[in-house]
Amino acid sequence: MSESPTTAIDIAAAVRDGRVTAAEVVETHLAAIDAREAELHACNAVLADEARAAAGRGDAARAAGATLGPLAGVPVALKDNMCTRGIPTTCSSKILEGWRPPYDATVVTKLQEAGAIVIAKTNLDEFAMGSSTENSAFGPTKNPHDVTKVPGGSSGGSAVAVAAGFAPISLGSDTGGSIRQPAALCGVVGLKPTYGTVSRYGLIAFASSLDQIGPFGATIADAAATYNVIAGHDPRDSTSYAGAMATIGAAELAGDVSGMRVGIISELVGAEGIADDVKRRFTEAADALSAAGAKVEETSVPACVYGLSAYYLIAPAEASSNLARYDGVRYGLRIEADNITDMYTQTRTAGFGPEVKRRIMLGTYALSAGYYDAYYGKALKVRSLIARDFAAAYEKFDVLLSPTAPTTAFGFGAKTDNPLAMYLSDVCTIPSNLCGDPAISVPFGTGDDGLPVGVQVLAPALGEPALFRAAAALEGSAP
Amino acid sequence: MTLPDGWVMVIGLEVHCELKTATKLFCGCPNMFGDEPNTNICPTCLGLPGSLPVLNENAVELAMRIGAALNCDILASTFHRKNYFYPDMPKDYQVSQYDEPINLNGRLDLPDGFRVGVTRAHIEEDTGKSTHVGGDGRIHGATHSLVDYNRSGVPLVEIVSEPDMRTADQARAYVTELRAILVATGASDGRMEEGSMRVDANISVRRSETDEFGTRCEIKNVNSIRSLGRAIEYEAARQVGLIEAGDRVIQQTRHWNEQQGRTITGRVKEDADDYRYFLEPDLVPLDPSPEWIASVRSELAVLPATRREAVAAATGADASATAVATVVDLELDQLVLGAVAAGADGRIALARASNEVAADAEGGRGLDVAAFTAVIAMESASEITATQAKTVLGELLADGGGDPEAIAAKHGFEAMDGSVLDSVVDKVIAANPNEWQRYKDGDAKVTGFFVGQVMKATGGKADGKAVTAALVARTKA
Repeated sequence: MSESPTTAIDIAAAVRDGRVTAAEVVETHLAAIDAREAELHACNAVLADEARAAAGRGDAARAAGATLGPLAGVPVALKDNMCTRGIPTTCSSKILEGWRPPYDATVVTKLQEAGAIVIAKTNLDEFAMGSSTENSAFGPTKNPHDVTKVPGGSSGGSAVAVAAGFAPISLGSDTGGSIRQPAALCGVVGLKPTYGTVSRYGLIAFASSLDQIGPFGATIADAAATYNVIAGHDPRDSTSYAGAMATIGAAELAGDVSGMRVGIISELVGAEGIADDVKRRFTEAADALSAAGAKVEETSVPACVYGLSAYYLIAPAEASSNLARYDGVRYGLRIEADNITDMYTQTRTAGFGPEVKRRIMLGTYALSAGYYDAYYGKALKVRSLIARDFAAAYEKFDVLLSPTAPTTAFGFGAKTDNPLAMYLSDVCTIPSNLCGDPAISVPFGTGDDGLPVGVQVLAPALGEPALFRAAAALEGSAP
Repeated sequence: MTLPDGWVMVIGLEVHCELKTATKLFCGCPNMFGDEPNTNICPTCLGLPGSLPVLNENAVELAMRIGAALNCDILASTFHRKNYFYPDMPKDYQVSQYDEPINLNGRLDLPDGFRVGVTRAHIEEDTGKSTHVGGDGRIHGATHSLVDYNRSGVPLVEIVSEPDMRTADQARAYVTELRAILVATGASDGRMEEGSMRVDANISVRRSETDEFGTRCEIKNVNSIRSLGRAIEYEAARQVGLIEAGDRVIQQTRHWNEQQGRTITGRVKEDADDYRYFLEPDLVPLDPSPEWIASVRSELAVLPATRREAVAAATGADASATAVATVVDLELDQLVLGAVAAGADGRIALARASNEVAADAEGGRGLDVAAFTAVIAMESASEITATQAKTVLGELLADGGGDPEAIAAKHGFEAMDGSVLDSVVDKVIAANPNEWQRYKDGDAKVTGFFVGQVMKATGGKADGKAVTAALVARTKA
C-alpha cells in the first residue's frame, strides 16, 4: 500500500476495486489518531474495536460478492451529540456521562448502510453551545494548524478529525454556525444543508428549529458525497422535507459558474470585527468567481444585522426546554438528595457547565410570562424579517457570499471571559440557520498568521446544487 | 344537598379522555391499559435524548370526531410545549395544543334540553403514572416513587366546558352525556375507574343578586360520576360557609377524598403558573384537509341524543325518560326499534328492554329481534302475563336464544280463560267484603290486595291488568 488514498471518494473506489481493504484503511486512520490525538483531543471516544469489526464485516461482504456502497470502507467521525446504539453519547457534558443510547441516529444508519465505518465520537462544546470547543466538560480540542489556537466550535472535534487526517469525513451539527465556523478555522469544507433535508432523529437537540446535521470533508467532492448519503426524507422526523432533493453530481462539482449571479452581503462583509486579512481573502474569492464568469455584485440583506440578537433569544429559549429532561430521574448523572426538588437542583448544578447554565437561564427568562412578547416573540418576528430579506435577495442572485468567520483561529481563553465577543464569532453564519437555508464554508488561503480562512457561500432552501457549483469553483481557485 | 337561599353555584368541567388508538400519540408503542409497567416504551415516549415525535393520524381522526360530535369548529391547529418539571413527564414538558386547538366553540345539550357550551377540545399527550411510596401518597413526604411510563404519550383530548352549569345534577348529566358521546363515536372507552376519562371541576359560588363570578377552586381526583356530584356539593357548601363567615375563597387546586367525603387543599394558585408555552419546534402545524373534516362529519356515528329521540318516537316515551337513556346507553335501542318496527307494542318493548334485558345487556345485544318481538306480542295480547313474559325473556337471555312460544308452553303459561278469571274474582270479593267496600269507596290502596289474592288463587297465572279490569267492571255493575 504505497499510495494510500486519502479522500473518501478515492478510498471508497479503492475498496470497491479491491486495491485496498477496509481493514487497511481503518488501520491507517487509527495510526493517524494514535499519532496526534493525545495532543489535539479531538475525540471523546476512539472506537478502534468497533471500527475494526465493521471493516472486517465490510471486507467479508466484498469477498462474498456483495455490492458495496458509495462510502465503502470510509472512516467517519461523528460529533458526540449523535446517538450511537450501545456506545456512550455524551454531548461533552457530565450530565450524560456513561449514558448509552439504545438506538442509532438516522444519519448513523444511513452512513453504515453506505459502507462507512464509525471510527470516533468527537469532542464539542457542551450540548453544542459554543464557538471554540472550550466549553467541553472533557477539556478543549486544539487546532492542528497551531495547537495554541482553538479549532472553533461547537463541532471542533469533527473539524479537527478531518483536518488532522483521523477520518476523511465527519459529521457535525450546525445551530448557528457550528459546522461552518470550525471548518473555516481548521481549513476544511463544512456544509450546513437546508433545514429538513437531513434527519435530526437521534441528534441530541440544542435548538430544534435551528439544528441541522451536515458533513465535513477535506474536499468539496467528499462533502457532497457525504451529503448525498445522509440527505433524504425520514418519517421519524416530522420536520424532515418530504419532497425531492437534489443529488450532487459531476455537473455541480465541475464548478462552472459562468453566468451565475453572485451577491456579496454587504452587511456581513462590513460587520463589526471582520479582520482585514479575512476581508482581503474574501475579496480575492469574489474576484475569482468573477474571473470564472460569475456576475458578482454587492447587495444588501438589511435584517441580517439583527440575526445575532434574534438567535440568542430563540436558541436559548428552545434549549431551556430541550435540556429540561436532564433531571436525574431516568438516565445520566443523579446527585441523590432528600427530596425531588433538591435532587433536580443538585443534579443540574453539578451536571451542566457555565455556558449551558447561562443559556438555560437566558431562554427561561425569554419565555417567561411578561417577557415573552418583548423577547422571544420579537425574536420570532425578526426571524421572519430575515427570511423575507433573504428571499428578496434570492430573486436577484443565485447564491450569496460572505466571510465564514470574522477572524482566523484565536487563542485559548481569548474570548471565554466575554460571551458577547464569543457570540460574534457566529455573526456571518447565524442568518442561514434562522431562515433554514443551506450554506457552506470553503477554505480559501490563509490569514496574516498563516492560519486558514474560510469563505461562505449561501443559497436559498434546496439550493444545494448552486451552492456546490459555486463552492467547487472557489475550491478550484483557492490560493 | 342544596345551597342556602340566595346562593348560586357556577360549575365548569375539564374532561380528559384517552383516545382509543392502537398506538400512542407520537410513537408506535401500544396504547394499552394494565400491561406490566414500563413494557410499552421506546426512545420517543421515554423522551430519550435525540428522540422526536411523529403525530398519530388516527388520534387526529378521533379528536375530530369528538369535535364534530360536540358541534365544534374543526380548525387548523398547532402544538405547544408546556414546560414544568415532574418525574412522570419524561421530557419535563408536555406537548399540548394551546392557543390554536383543533376544536373550538362547541356545545353539548343535556337530555333535558339544557345547553352547555364547550369552549374547546384539544389534543395533548398523557404523562406516565407515579406511585409515591410512604407518606400520604403524594410526592412530598414519600420515601420513594415508582414511575410507569406505559401511559406516557398516550393520546388525550381535553374537553373544556363553559362555566354554564348551576347544579351538581347538571354536572353529572353533562359527564354522563359526554361519556356516552365519546363511546358512541368510538373516540374513547370512557372508563373513569381506569382513568381513561378524568374529570376536573372548577367551582365557584356567588350571591344570586350579582352576575359576577366568585373565586374558583379546581377539584381533582374525582373518579366516578357519583363522586363528582358529591365533590361539587361539598365544595360549593364549603365556599358558601367561608364567605358567610366573613372569610374569602382562595383560588387553588383541591383534591377530592372519597373516604372522608371532602375536598382537601392541594396547590394554592394565587398567581397563574408560568408554563412558558412556546410552539413545539419538533412538530409541524396540523392542517386537516376540508375533505378529511367533511368525511369525519359525514361518517360520524349516530349520537345518543338522536338515538334517544328515535326510541322516544317509537315507544311514545319522553326522550328524557330514564328507560330511554338506559336502552341507548346499553346499546339496546336497536332491539326496541326492531321490535316496534315488527309490530310490537312500544311501551311494553321499552319496559322489558330497560329492565329485564338491561340486567343482561351483553346477552340483550345478541338477542334475536324476532324472539324479543314475539315475547312482547304475547304479553300485549295477554297470552301470557307480565310476570310470565319476564320468565320467558330470562330463559332466552340465559340460553342465548330459543323459541318463546315453546318456552311459554314448557312452563304451562297460557292465557287464562275470561270466565275462569271472573269466577275467581267473584269468589275473592265474596270472601273479603270489608276490603271490597273500601275499594268501592275509592281506596285505591286495596287494589294490590285483590290482585294478590287472585294471583294466589290462580297460582300466578292471572294477568294483573285483567284482574284490575275485572275489579273496575264490578264497581260499575
